[in-house]
Order: sequence, then structure tokens, then C-alpha cells
Amino acid sequence: MDLNELFKLSYRALAANRLRSFLTMLGIIIGVFAIILLVSIGTGLQTFITNQIAGLGSNLIFVIPGRIGGARTPGGVVSNKLVVADAKTLQLKLKNEASVAPVVSQITTVKYKNRENKETTIFGTTSNYPKIVQNATIEQGRFFSQSQEQSGARNAVIGHTVLNNLFSSQNPIGKRFFIGNNIYIVIGVINKRGAVFGIDQDNVVIIPLSAAQRQFGLTHVNTIFISVNSSSLVSRVKDQTKKILLGHLTEDDFTVQTAESTLSIVSNITNILSLALGGIAAISLLVGGIGVANIMLVSVTERTREIGLRKALGARRIDILKQFLLEAVILSLTGGIIGITLGIFGSLILARFLVSQVTLWSVFIAFGFSVVVGIVFGMAPAIRASKLSPIEALRYE
Amino acid sequence: MKKTNLIRLENVTKDYSLGDLTVKVLKGITLKIDNGEFVAIQGRSGSGKSTLMNIIGLLDTPTAGSYFLEDTDVSSLKEDKLSYLRNKKIGFVFQSFNLLPRATILENVVLPGIYAGLNQKDRENTAISILEKIGLSEHINKRPNQLSGGEQQRVAIARALMNNPDIILADEPTGNLDTKSGQEVINLLKTLHKQGKTIVLITHEKDIAQQTDRIIDLTDGKIDPD
Repeated sequence: MDLNELFKLSYRALAANRLRSFLTMLGIIIGVFAIILLVSIGTGLQTFITNQIAGLGSNLIFVIPGRIGGARTPGGVVSNKLVVADAKTLQLKLKNEASVAPVVSQITTVKYKNRENKETTIFGTTSNYPKIVQNATIEQGRFFSQSQEQSGARNAVIGHTVLNNLFSSQNPIGKRFFIGNNIYIVIGVINKRGAVFGIDQDNVVIIPLSAAQRQFGLTHVNTIFISVNSSSLVSRVKDQTKKILLGHLTEDDFTVQTAESTLSIVSNITNILSLALGGIAAISLLVGGIGVANIMLVSVTERTREIGLRKALGARRIDILKQFLLEAVILSLTGGIIGITLGIFGSLILARFLVSQVTLWSVFIAFGFSVVVGIVFGMAPAIRASKLSPIEALRYE
Repeated sequence: MKKTNLIRLENVTKDYSLGDLTVKVLKGITLKIDNGEFVAIQGRSGSGKSTLMNIIGLLDTPTAGSYFLEDTDVSSLKEDKLSYLRNKKIGFVFQSFNLLPRATILENVVLPGIYAGLNQKDRENTAISILEKIGLSEHINKRPNQLSGGEQQRVAIARALMNNPDIILADEPTGNLDTKSGQEVINLLKTLHKQGKTIVLITHEKDIAQQTDRIIDLTDGKIDPD
């Protein structure tokens, strides 16, 4: 029996029960869709974080409060003991090998004339921040100087969200605006960074550390960035930093990370995440496969007489087996292709709000899986059909 | 035409076991049918005529005894080999027509050609010429339910002729038809007989059976010796 004829037969059988075929396919569509989408999210997340970290520069060390990966940290509770003074100490002791930029932060509303921008993150840092953090570049204007920073000048570098909401298309440089009750002058605009998980990275204003401390009374730091002068010194500076901080802090109070070590931790976590998401999605595909088996069994029973007739007219076991197996494969494969298409579209749409990246391997795996599901779950009903005795099948009412 | 033994059954029995009970349906059938014969196998329901037809039609195998089809012993062949022989040698006509409802008339007639491995062009040409001879060529693209019972049975006969088999096996072909269309179907079988086909007709209707050359009477699993 030629393939062309087999395809025609399968198509006709499936088309005769359109709704039933579609619902069966839906199980596969959802499974494949879920695999593509969830793996895309995992991969997108990984790429995003990797790029963020890589963008910081390979010579970068950062110190953050609390202990990461430590068994002794009570769940979710981090009391910040890292203070601005620690950054000053580090700068003093490491001045030959590295430069240090602490970052403090506060969330507040900023205003310009009758416009306001809520929940803006105010970062207070030192003048060497753009030099240290390589993915921060000044697009327009300039960053504040060392003397401006030390005098606590109320100068501000703004992110794109603040720029759009307060100044629209006007040139913001030199404009005066309010952070809380204090007036600041815009001296620069920082590059656009986009949103991550709904958190706008551009809703920021960067001001001198001393100004931030004075206005908000901040003493604790979010992060201390340390840029090492040469990559060969990175591990030594990391050890020194630990030693210096352990002078008055304990190991539970801070974590020293390099870009590289963070990268490997992150990629471990996101790999596990991708696998877990893919695994969950695979279960739904399995359920879809059971749906295929179920409907094929119904189809074999319904068409018992047809099978008997075909056998009487000369169909061999293998002809009947092929017919029903192909039907199952067409169901799951069509479902798979629709699922893949929807999954790719879905993750493209998702990429606008969240991070998501379609990977070729997830498409291949989803495609292969849906073929395998069709064969595996179509096999038992097809074998059952092929084994029917022609006399009994013809007698079946 | 030279007479040769086409079908030869020797002491064929068929038992069915229903749990502990064994039912002897055929109790030693010996019969010969020559090629070109038009034979009726007649009997009441329960006489074993359907079982006999299944065995002659290679749909079933005998419990004991032998069946020679063209001098080949076919009584213990494997399933796929039987499928092959059914496809090439035997054309079936059933009481309930057994046409595929979703397929067109042409697609129904072509069916045995598909399993014979004919290519699409050849099998469609063959089917069309058979349908023309039977006078159904204007119906080729219709579905079975658009045809009358008599027409449907003639389509089934066209299908039986698809692979040009030696034997036409018709099981109560008039059973679901009114007298007039029943007679048309019998007339068609007569025509085919005149063209040289061997026809085995299974029926319980005496007046149908009497239109054949020879009647084999089956009673209680045995052939009546007259």
C-alpha cells in the first residue's frame, strides 16, 4: 500500500471527526507549546543574566550584604551590616590595585513642574561608578566629578524612564527637579537597559553618594563594586577584600563575588530551572499522548467492520497497522507543529514583557517528542486493529 | 473451457469451542467445484453455510481435513499468505454490501487494487472500465448512501471483480434487497458466469438457488447426498 494512499486514508478518517481530532491534538499542542515556551523562558533568563554579569566587566568584584549559598543564613532574612565606611576602608587599603564604588539606594518620587515619576530608585554612588561598571554609559551630558561628589552637589544622572516621564522630548540637561524636597540639576542621561521581570531598570536617578546620605540618612550599602586594575590580580584582591571586611564583620554578613563565579552559579541555577520547566511541560505532553492512545482505541472499535472488510479484500496485518499508526502520528505531529508555531510566537510575544529566547534544541526535542508520542501511543491501538480476525470484525455490529 | 478442479474440500470439519463446550459446525464436508461453475450452497440458518463460505473464502481455516485451491493445499496457511490469496483469487459479495460509507464509489471499487499493489492510474482505469460494464459509470464520484440498495450491491460486485479473481463468493447477496433488485443482482452474476467466472452463491432462498447450475444442500454441517 503506497504512502500517498495511506495519507489520504488517514486524513479522511481524521477529517470525518474534526472536533474529536482537534481536541486530541489540543493535548499535544498544549504539551509542545508548554515545552517551547517554558524552555524559552529559562534560556532567556540565563542569557539575560549572563549578559548583565558579563557587561559588568571581567575584572569586577562585588560585595553584597548577607551570605549567599550559606547554610547558616536563616531563610530569607538578611540583615544588612555592610556600611559605607567599609567601602571607604576598602578604597584606602586597595588603592594601588583597584578602585571602589559603593552604591546606596532609596525609592522615592521625583517631580518636575507638575509632572511626577513615582517609585524611582535613587542610587547614591561615587564619581568612578561609570568607569567601574562597564554596562553603565553616559549617553548625554556627563557623570558627576569627584569634587562634585565630595561636596555633595545636588547633581543627578537620570535613566530613560525618568527622562520620558519628566521631560518628554525636552533637553533635560540643566533642568531643575525635585527628589523628595530637594532640588537637583540634571547633568546627564544614562543608557537604556530595559525591564526585567516587570522591574524597570531605567526608572533610576543616580546622585552623589554624599548627597544621598545626607538627604536620606543612608549608611548601609546595596553593593560595593571593586574594579581590579589587572585581571591577574582579581583573585588576590578578592581574598584581600574578604580579609579586610572580616576585620569587623563575620562571614555571614557579606558575600564577595567575581563576575565569573557569579556566572557559574547563575548558569547552574538557570540550567536546573530550564530542565525543571521542560520536565513539567513534558508531563503535559505525556498526558496528550494518552489522549491520542485513547482516541485511537475508540477509532479502532468504531471501525471494526471496516478493518474486517479491508482484511477480507486482501489487507495484511502490516497494512492495517500502518494505517492506524499513521493516523496517530499525523495527530501528534500536526499537534506538535501547531504547538511549536504557537510556542515560538508565544515566546516572541513574551520577550516584550519578560525575558524569553527560543532555542533550536527545544524545537527539535518538542518535534521529536511529538513523533515519538504518536508512535508509542498509537502502537497499541494499531496492533490491536491489525490482529482483528476478519470474520469476527465483519460480524461486528 | 477445459474443466479443472478449482476448489476441492476433503473431509473438512470445523469446531468452535465455547468454554468447555465444543460445537461441531462442519462435520466432514467433501466437495469439488470446477472452474466456470455456478454453484449455490443452500441451507437453513445454523446449517453451517456461513462457516463453509468463510473456509472457501480463506477467511477461516478448517479444524481438520484439507482444502485445495487450484491443487494447492491452503488449509494451514498463515494469515498474511491467506490475505494475499484472498486478494488475488477471491472476490467477495456480502449480504450487507460492506461499502466504506465515507469513500466514493470509485474509491470503494479500487480498494482490492490498492492491496494488490497496483499504481493509482492502473487501478482507477481498471475500476472505471468495470463500472462502465456494470452500468454504474455515472455514479463514480457519489457516496454509497446516495445509491439504491441494488446499485450498492452492484458496486460491491464491481469491487469483487477488481483484481480479476477466479472465484466470486456471494454470501446472501440478495438478502437485503427487494425481489426486483435481487433479480438484477442475480442476472449480473449470471452474466459474469457466462464470461467464465466461477461463482459460489450462498443462500437460503430456494428460487434463487434454482437459477444456478448446481445446488449443494447443507443440513446440520453435512452435505445432503442428492
